[in-house]
Amino acid sequence: MRTYVFYILLMLTLFGCVKSNDDFLDRSPSNILLDEQVWKDEVLVLSLIADLYNRYPDYQTIENWSEFAAFDEAFASESGQYGRHKNQQYGYGAWGFWDYGYVRALNLFIEKCAKANQLKPASRERFLAEARFLRAHLYFELVKRMGGVPLVLEPLTYDYKGDPSALRRPREKESAIYDFVLKEMDAVMQVLPDDANIKSRATKGLALAVKARAALYAAAIAKYGATTPQVSLPGGEVGIPASMAAGYYQTALNAARQLINSGKYALYNKKPDNLSDNFAALFYDKGGNPEVIFVKDFKLQSGTVQEWTLANQPRSLAEEQQGGRLNPSLNLVQSFEKLDNTFAPYQTNAANGDYIYYDKPEDMFAGRDARLAGTVILPGTEFKSKKVDIWAGYILKDGSIVTANNFGGQAMLGGNRVQVVGFDGPIDNLEFSAQTGFYVRKYQDPAVGSGRIGTKSEVWWVRYRYAEVLLNAAEAAFELGDPNTAAGYLNQVRARAGFTIPLTPADVTFDRIVHERRVELAFEGHQLWDMKRWRLAHVVWDGLSTDLTAHPEKARSTSTRVFGLLPYRIYNPGTPQDGKWVFKKVIPSNVTSAHRFRLGNYYSYIGDDIRNNNPLVTKNPNQ
Amino acid sequence: MRNSLFIIIVILLAVSCKKDNYAPPGTSFKGRIVYQGEAVNVGHGEVFFELWESGWGKRTPINVGVAQDGSFSSLLFDGTYQLVIPGNQGPFLTLPDGASHTDTTLLQLKGDRTMDIEVLPYYMIRNAKVSASGRQVTVNCKLEKIVTDTRARNVERVTLYVNRTQFVDGINNIANQTINGGDIQDPANITTQVNVPAINPVQSSVFVRVGVKVEGVEDMLFSPVIEQKL
Repeated sequence: MRTYVFYILLMLTLFGCVKSNDDFLDRSPSNILLDEQVWKDEVLVLSLIADLYNRYPDYQTIENWSEFAAFDEAFASESGQYGRHKNQQYGYGAWGFWDYGYVRALNLFIEKCAKANQLKPASRERFLAEARFLRAHLYFELVKRMGGVPLVLEPLTYDYKGDPSALRRPREKESAIYDFVLKEMDAVMQVLPDDANIKSRATKGLALAVKARAALYAAAIAKYGATTPQVSLPGGEVGIPASMAAGYYQTALNAARQLINSGKYALYNKKPDNLSDNFAALFYDKGGNPEVIFVKDFKLQSGTVQEWTLANQPRSLAEEQQGGRLNPSLNLVQSFEKLDNTFAPYQTNAANGDYIYYDKPEDMFAGRDARLAGTVILPGTEFKSKKVDIWAGYILKDGSIVTANNFGGQAMLGGNRVQVVGFDGPIDNLEFSAQTGFYVRKYQDPAVGSGRIGTKSEVWWVRYRYAEVLLNAAEAAFELGDPNTAAGYLNQVRARAGFTIPLTPADVTFDRIVHERRVELAFEGHQLWDMKRWRLAHVVWDGLSTDLTAHPEKARSTSTRVFGLLPYRIYNPGTPQDGKWVFKKVIPSNVTSAHRFRLGNYYSYIGDDIRNNNPLVTKNPNQ
Repeated sequence: MRNSLFIIIVILLAVSCKKDNYAPPGTSFKGRIVYQGEAVNVGHGEVFFELWESGWGKRTPINVGVAQDGSFSSLLFDGTYQLVIPGNQGPFLTLPDGASHTDTTLLQLKGDRTMDIEVLPYYMIRNAKVSASGRQVTVNCKLEKIVTDTRARNVERVTLYVNRTQFVDGINNIANQTINGGDIQDPANITTQVNVPAINPVQSSVFVRVGVKVEGVEDMLFSPVIEQKL
């Protein structure tokens, strides 16, 4: 019996092997979608392009708060990040980026999308234009960081024959990459929807904004690159001839003008009675925001949320046992002008050496640019309708300081045990406390729960907005010798910030342009690229331990270390000064070194592995 | 039985350490960056040169840092290296190699080797002399222009640096005093002084040197570090 069963099984097995079935191993996979399935379904193509949007590279963003402390805008109040203020110089590889995987994904998308004849022509053209936009923008990101890069516009495929040299492409000229970006923007803006309500996908307005920005960068590199002739390569992979500056400035101005004159975007002005709140709301108001052009969007309860508010909420009002990480520096805070268009560092002491006394801590910052309180949470101001508690201690009659080393700490004062330091600090070397005396306000989400780990925030990250386009137009017009136009655009932005005295054309200088961008666009990821293209980075971050500049209006003032401004209360019963506020300028003890931006940092190091794989790629200068 | 197994394991463990590790590099390559036999002093961690060794598939340079006093030392394996000073490194011009007439010098290493690398600095600081009265430190030196042809460059500034440790440069200092290039009357006789702030904990001497920033050249040129009693 058992023998029969064995033979039957054996025969079944053998027949099974020889059964004629050509399709036996040819099955459609159940875990991935094939090209022919994807390219007939608009919804699937949308998720493809969504992935490509998601890979858009940002350097400083609200998802990566500590990078904002890399330069002089802010102090990083978290133990693990103090090293940012102890580093002497930036590595040559810093800000490097070489994502040809992303280039290939975009090229594949473009190749397949062009052949997808089962999609509706209108949607196919839009997808195609979006992918071309993303590819051009990616090259813009590459050229900002690395200089001219190999321009690959088709998906390269290796034939596995042992010689990959056919796939090698040399670096293009820096200007050629910028020209490519500008040309692509011209092409895609014909196809992209001209709808200002679309914020998270490419539009015609966005293509114009990118064109203006890219042309302005190229122009500035051409013009100001002449001041650093060492930062160039003989093949033009780095450096743009000065003769091309005027052309690029004109392109930038024209593109910005076209966007401005289209009338589709406007400065955000929904809260005209409080311009600081208005400026803060510009970043978190997602309902019909006329200023925002392009964002990375987030959504609660979708998994795509961001932690900016969780990381940076004032410690005293925090919804978790954390927050307060990014502390704007006094360097930035003193850059905001007074409303009469003049600059003044904060005065802490009178000429005779005595303190200057203020009734309320916020009085120190009164009469300044409304963007100051919109960008920074100042001592004595509110967040989520509650007052922050930023004060560093009591100063006694003899000048000694009474303070504590924990949030809201208590000590004996005049015989009573009282609170002697704010629940937000500032306490030197205590993470999450406002170690410079300030917290960041820009992008902080006022919604309840935004500071909770379990909820987080859906405030979007604004990559392009109308005010920047105005500033781009102003800069281009100024460089083209038209300060009248420049003043007009600057004044639009400044009026929204509360300035009532317009700038005259004679007021518009290069320093003005630099300053206006610094205060308007702080914490928006512009600083590094601006300083690079103006060739100011090695001047401002020169590695010398200089004191805080007394000339915040000068573009070339050094700013290598972050300073703070701490409010103290006076304890001196029976005198008029009792209970008043004074300020001390400090340097946090963790700021031990000055930032040094070397000439070799202007264009990031191209890794040895890349140059080994492709010997046609030349090295960047001064490294 | 168990005992002998234990002994065998111990012996194997002890021997295997030797077995599967490569010998560390043991050939020392030392020298100085010099101009006519005199060391060119540079900033701490500012200047380096590259050693390339071919024959290993991927090519990655070994970066050799130059110390403050212009010296360098590196532990390497025996072999043939190519020595390159990258463009715009250091406050000097590099001289083309005598044999190859390029920027590349062939370096044969077979046992320890000491070699000075000759360069052409824009300037040299000569006879730096330091004196102190109270907490004021005074330095006198002579600035000699070395490169005088079309490649010559002007002095942007001369700065006196004082630090509490032997690392003295633009980043590492507790006091400094600058003379701008245009204000130098007599390059053969430059005098400058600076007041040294109180140092806590107290130390009886400070370290002083003078640096020259040449226009359009990133790395500074220095005099030797001098320890000065206060």
